[in-house]
Amino acid sequence: MVLITRKIEFSASHLYHNPALSPEENRRVFGKCNNPHGHGHNYSLEVTVAGEPDPITGMVLDLKELKEILEREVMQRMDHRFLNYEVAELKGQIPTCENISRVIWQLLEPKIKQGRLHRVRLYESADLFADCYRNGLDAGTF
Amino acid sequence: MSQSPKIELGRRYRFAASHRLHTDKFSEEENARVFGKCANPYGHGHNYVLEVSVSGDVDPATGMIANLAELDSFVEREVIAVFDHKSLNEDVEAFRSVVPTTENLCIEIFERLKNFPKAKLERVRVQETTNNSFEYSGE
Repeated sequence: MVLITRKIEFSASHLYHNPALSPEENRRVFGKCNNPHGHGHNYSLEVTVAGEPDPITGMVLDLKELKEILEREVMQRMDHRFLNYEVAELKGQIPTCENISRVIWQLLEPKIKQGRLHRVRLYESADLFADCYRNGLDAGTF
Repeated sequence: MSQSPKIELGRRYRFAASHRLHTDKFSEEENARVFGKCANPYGHGHNYVLEVSVSGDVDPATGMIANLAELDSFVEREVIAVFDHKSLNEDVEAFRSVVPTTENLCIEIFERLKNFPKAKLERVRVQETTNNSFEYSGE
């Protein structure tokens, strides 16, 4: 098995706010991330696909096709967007690295037909990221 | 949408420390042969990068596996305060009898972090230089 990783970058804004909590609790739990007008990041996404190289092409998958999937599913949905308000899949969730990476996994997983999605790593900054791997428990929404 | 994946939270920390790779079990010649420049008597230093990965349920109320401030303060107390700007050989008890290679550093850091109360420690990865990194998952 060979792993192949493609990286893309997108910029988006977000804020952390749970309407079930009081303003004071939101402030305490989320700190600066609760600022009402939001803030932004340059996100870096690494998508890793596992598979056997095709004996004729030597490729696990057609990178151009993966690039198109990432453009359609991630870039068009999230790049230069306000994640809380403009990404339907994140409605009712705090747009943390954990939740965004899970949404990206769920968008990409059924679309990747050559090879198998192995890992989604989403960096919010150089020092903070979330990894998604196959198999997990469903997390609820508030 | 497809089934939920398993999610891990990764966080990077930095510390600078010195070390010397040397063991009393070898002669000076053997130390020099096995450890090369790393056996030089007064030691040398690195800017280490530590990557900590934890897993757990994502709390629907916060969207988080673990509160970052809690993880940061735990790592600060258990690792950064102990190792940063120290001599690993002289200042860290664990390395008085164990060679402070980055392999052993990974194991020591994993042992120090494995009892983080708010999430499961999955692995630590320590980058000694941009060209060398080591990982340990507890087994």
